[in-house]
Amino acid sequence: MSFFHSLNNFHIDVLREIGNIGAGNAATALSKLLNKKIIMKVPDVRVASFNEMFELAGGADQYVASVFLRMDGKVTGSIFFVLPVDQATLFVRQMTGIDDFSFDRPPYPEIALSAFQEAGNILASSYLNALSDFIRLPITPSVPEAVIDLFGAIISYGLLEISRESDQAIVIDTEIIDTAVNSGSIKGHIFLLPDPGSFRVLFDALGVGSE
Amino acid sequence: MKSSPSIIQVGIAEMNIARSPSVIRTSGLGSCVGVIIYDLPQQLAGMVHVMLPDSQLARTKAFNPAKFADTAIPALFQLLIQNGARSKNLKAKLAGGSQMFKTTLKSDLMRIGPRNVEAVENELAKLNIPVVAKDVGGSSGRTIEFDPQTGILTVRTVNKGIREI
Repeated sequence: MSFFHSLNNFHIDVLREIGNIGAGNAATALSKLLNKKIIMKVPDVRVASFNEMFELAGGADQYVASVFLRMDGKVTGSIFFVLPVDQATLFVRQMTGIDDFSFDRPPYPEIALSAFQEAGNILASSYLNALSDFIRLPITPSVPEAVIDLFGAIISYGLLEISRESDQAIVIDTEIIDTAVNSGSIKGHIFLLPDPGSFRVLFDALGVGSE
Repeated sequence: MKSSPSIIQVGIAEMNIARSPSVIRTSGLGSCVGVIIYDLPQQLAGMVHVMLPDSQLARTKAFNPAKFADTAIPALFQLLIQNGARSKNLKAKLAGGSQMFKTTLKSDLMRIGPRNVEAVENELAKLNIPVVAKDVGGSSGRTIEFDPQTGILTVRTVNKGIREI
């Protein structure tokens, strides 16, 4: 797709800054909720084929816990919070203090799933709020939904709109890390996948030419 | 010397063929549909991982035919015929077309699973290829593997484990 090829390093830096601002705000919100330190890595901006997208969380067959929101308005796209299931279990145990459950296999306790959905919602909506402030355009998030299943089956929802114009996606991938777990750190991903038509809107809003 | 059995992987919006003793598989089907067209007497099978029902959804003139049901099924059929399949032998199996997310979303694209299944079945009917087995719909992701030697499709889901159709 010609537009993807016209992206230069400066555009990539702008997208990385979007990830920084969005995920930074998300990590702060989650820190407040859990009253502990959540750190984030420098966002990774990639132009990836759909099959390469699957590798960002361990492959299409990887069993993950996810929260998905669509964004609507002048900027459209998808945002996902994704954790491997065993880490999602640890994460929700910490968050709720309830220890006698696991996301390893269904049925999942309603309260654990809602706690996970709420954490994902807080992360995604604080990310999108910061993005909206940064570009000075409203972004309307859809109702968040938590789903635990194969990563490929989940992330493909973020590729549907993109696939109408391209065989590649531009993904802003930020890893957020909760280090205060005895049994190792919890590493989750926030994936922002703007629809192809939204890049021009993002760059124009930030006064960066897209040609 | 006979080649050792191998697994041929088909990615999203891709297609490929496999001959016995190889098997062919695709992973992480959600709303996408995995379609197998096979010639059992010749132990030859083709698989495609379809994302969308209709190539009219494409916003570009040039596109990958394996992505859309209406172009993927004829392309897979052609590929099989070119590789020696006999059209009278051909049968099909399919899996996928879930609705992973239940929340009402504005975009029709988010309710694409059932439309994908319908489009695939229409295209197969046009080519007179009977659908002999399917595992479609629901709200779970699927990973599928087809063995051209036995004609068995193995479907793995997180909820229901492994079943053969």
